[in-house]
Amino acid sequence: MGKNSKIIEKDEIVIKFAGDSGDGMQLTGTQFSDASASFGNDLLTFPDYPSEIRAPQGTVAGVSGFQVHIGQKEIQTPGDQADVLIALNPAALKTNMKWVKPGATIIIDIDNFDNKHYKKAEYVEDPLSDGSLDEFTVIKAPITSLSRSTVNSLELGIDQKTADKTRNQFVMGLLFWLFNRDVTIGESFINKKFAKKPDLVKVNIAVLHAGYNYAETIEAIATQFHVNPTKTKKGKFRQITGNIATAWGLIAGAEKAGLKLFLGSYPITPASEILHELSGRKHLGVKTFQAEDEIAGICTAIGASFAGCLGATSTSGPGLALKTEAAGLAVITELPLVIVDVQRGGPSTGLPTKTEQSDLMQAIHGRHGESPLPVIAASSPGNCFDFAFTACKIAVEHMTPIILLTDGYLANGTELWKIPDFEKMPSIKAPLVKDNDPNYQPYKRDPEKLNRFWAIPGQEGLQHRVGGLEKLDGKGSVSHDPYNHQVMSNYRAEKVKRIENYIPKQEIYGNCDGGDLLVIGWGGTYGALKSAVNEMREEGYDISLAQFNYICPLPRNTRDVFSKFKKRLVCEINLGQFVDYLRSQYPEFKYEQYNKIQGLPFFISELKTKFKQILEEK
Amino acid sequence: MTQVNIKLSKADFQIDGPVKWCAGCGGYPILAAVQKALPEINGVTKENVVFVSGIGCSSRFPYYMETYGFHSLHGRGAVIASGIKAARPDLQVWLTTGDGDSMAIGGNHFIHMIRRNIDINVIIFNNRIYGLTKGQYSPTTRLGSVTKSSPDGTIEQPFEPGELVMGAQGTFFARVIDKEPKGMEEVFIDAANHKGTSIIEVLQNCVIFNDATHEIIVGKDVRDDRVILLKHGEKMIFGRENNKGLVFDGNDLKVVTIGENGVTEKDILVHNKTTRNPFMHYMLARMNYPEFPVAIGVIRSVEQSTYDELLTAQVNNAVENATIRNTTELLNSGKVFEIK
Repeated sequence: MGKNSKIIEKDEIVIKFAGDSGDGMQLTGTQFSDASASFGNDLLTFPDYPSEIRAPQGTVAGVSGFQVHIGQKEIQTPGDQADVLIALNPAALKTNMKWVKPGATIIIDIDNFDNKHYKKAEYVEDPLSDGSLDEFTVIKAPITSLSRSTVNSLELGIDQKTADKTRNQFVMGLLFWLFNRDVTIGESFINKKFAKKPDLVKVNIAVLHAGYNYAETIEAIATQFHVNPTKTKKGKFRQITGNIATAWGLIAGAEKAGLKLFLGSYPITPASEILHELSGRKHLGVKTFQAEDEIAGICTAIGASFAGCLGATSTSGPGLALKTEAAGLAVITELPLVIVDVQRGGPSTGLPTKTEQSDLMQAIHGRHGESPLPVIAASSPGNCFDFAFTACKIAVEHMTPIILLTDGYLANGTELWKIPDFEKMPSIKAPLVKDNDPNYQPYKRDPEKLNRFWAIPGQEGLQHRVGGLEKLDGKGSVSHDPYNHQVMSNYRAEKVKRIENYIPKQEIYGNCDGGDLLVIGWGGTYGALKSAVNEMREEGYDISLAQFNYICPLPRNTRDVFSKFKKRLVCEINLGQFVDYLRSQYPEFKYEQYNKIQGLPFFISELKTKFKQILEEK
Repeated sequence: MTQVNIKLSKADFQIDGPVKWCAGCGGYPILAAVQKALPEINGVTKENVVFVSGIGCSSRFPYYMETYGFHSLHGRGAVIASGIKAARPDLQVWLTTGDGDSMAIGGNHFIHMIRRNIDINVIIFNNRIYGLTKGQYSPTTRLGSVTKSSPDGTIEQPFEPGELVMGAQGTFFARVIDKEPKGMEEVFIDAANHKGTSIIEVLQNCVIFNDATHEIIVGKDVRDDRVILLKHGEKMIFGRENNKGLVFDGNDLKVVTIGENGVTEKDILVHNKTTRNPFMHYMLARMNYPEFPVAIGVIRSVEQSTYDELLTAQVNNAVENATIRNTTELLNSGKVFEIK
């Protein structure tokens, strides 16, 4: 160690990387989180990117960010505010000032802090001299110039554009020192990434060391942080985003069911990675069909299911709206189909790159006619895998379309995810029919689940017709009989209702026997709600959490769970859709609600403030 | 026991129940022709054929076939069929649709299905009217027609299905007449044997809402002078006296009379359905009365790789060269961190 620095042990720490959307912030953040994972920290990441691919350089609109929360303790959220902010230009600093903790360390690239950049960022006063940064530790690192001079000193004939791309490694080197990490982890990352380009390996490693040495040398950084490896997690882990986990869950579900997976999809933010991932998984027998529109996406999937594959389609809110007519067709034809809706800010194009939970009503009710289908929601990036798998299981075993809700926050966030044992996952048994079964009827039902059976084209002696017209109970011919329509409508509703017998009971985190306040959430808010409830419990409050993954039908003990608490507070990233749904399902209870709709996840601090307020109210 | 392949017949594809089109509907002869054609198509069994449709009178078709069938949504038959064929290339997939179903509400899917050249046989029942909704004009209704929704005559240029097919890079286009069963059967067999999207436009009569709309062309008294049957490799000659033919005047097709103005049979164009350049096929497909005879028969049939073939090849190749072969291997691939 080159100087006498102080090392502070931390349980957890939040680092925010911010720069122009072309600066590779996501990559730098990922590299840092990989290094933290290999060190053994628990972690969660969350990118924050603009909807413009490359907004004008240096402007506030073009700022792209990536937040990494690492810890020795269990990490549930990307963190409310950053302990360390890396801002590569004034716009990045300006955008992120409200997201840093008081006293945080701010690392800026001083080479970009000039009048030209201030003007682009619309700074009136020089933020470095107007006193606004007085309460922070500001490290003014000449990142660009030192990266360039390091690259040039190697005399490999590297052009300036390529040289500037090494700035990320300078930042990494700096962070490796700041977090007291072994710099060789960074070297091995570079060796792998540029394996076929030895010159790039040389310059990037040189810049990495330059950043490390710079941090070690300058007096401005007197403190190093140390976050110990986690003790709560043991075993094999990987970093995974919600979208990749969703794609893999579908693959796992199809394999368990012994079916080929078919995804029909149209690109849409923030769901496209599911299509990307699955289109690269042909080696597992997966077929993907990039359709001409959202309707074609779902319809090809329905066609594939009719033909005996596990059909799936992925989209976001506007796309789900376009798919609703076809979802109704899947309801009446009673074919398995997984519809993944990665929710984003709406209505219309809304906030396409930001998160929201505002498609709940659309998912439950958004179809013409009496058109019931099950709805489930994932609650962490990693458990998108479990719920995609569960969606496959319900779709196949109950012969129904199902909507899986995730959101932009889960889809793009990553967590350190324990790799599940596929062999130990539950079986999925498709209700198939034997060739030439003399008793086969297209709409004959299983007496328990009420699903119809699945005869697949190519099977001998089972030719039948399905379609959008109402079918005669059992026989399945077209029927306009009034009474039959009532019978079939009742069957379809009851079939979905009975899924409650095949899903787990609702769990309570906290006091299972009840108490003062039950916080109720669903889907992607789990991390924030659990962290906030946890902190409150540690402070001695009587507070518990029920986070719902099964939305329609609700778990069969829901009424029992609600009845145990004096107060119920439903928290959602919308204007109150789940709470309205609960009011319709269990009107006997009084529900408080807390809603936020800013394209952002909940912060623990705001939740605790609300919880305390509710607990204090008489 | 040796397996005896009993040849299927028309009756094998007929359903027990009633067919519910209006009496005199052009749908009946089309249905009969399909049921007669199927046993003549290589590899067809009752269980490996799927009939798909959208919405409209034409789209009730799957209910009348003793095969697997899927009656879907208005305009969406093309994509349901595409999903079936992409998922299961071993199945023979047929799509029955109408002028509204395929070219109005389903126009987008129609052109993309053709562009992909996915192996589906498409029969368009072109009666130039909306029948099931009782008589509004369709995208193929002739300009100026008075219908329920155009009391002062339509002001929209109609589509010629063939023009759309050529524009979407179609590889097979044929036109047939609902009251000519022999011609339909032959073309249905050709379409089924063609690899790729085969579009067959049937000039179909709607007896209730647009009766006799095609009679101006196919009526008994005028047919021979107003219809030309195209046969691959043969001169494009037509007429009651078999003395009219088509020539290319450097700008457009032209109808000439053999023996007049020095025209001999040698001057008449020969039909080549396999020319890759769609220019001639486009001109033939858009020929219309009164300037030209309406072309029937197979106008275009060119070979090109199909979507389902290419997709299957990609998947098979990937599976063969897989280093990750199942979910367990997938889950443990790439960067895995062991925390002790």
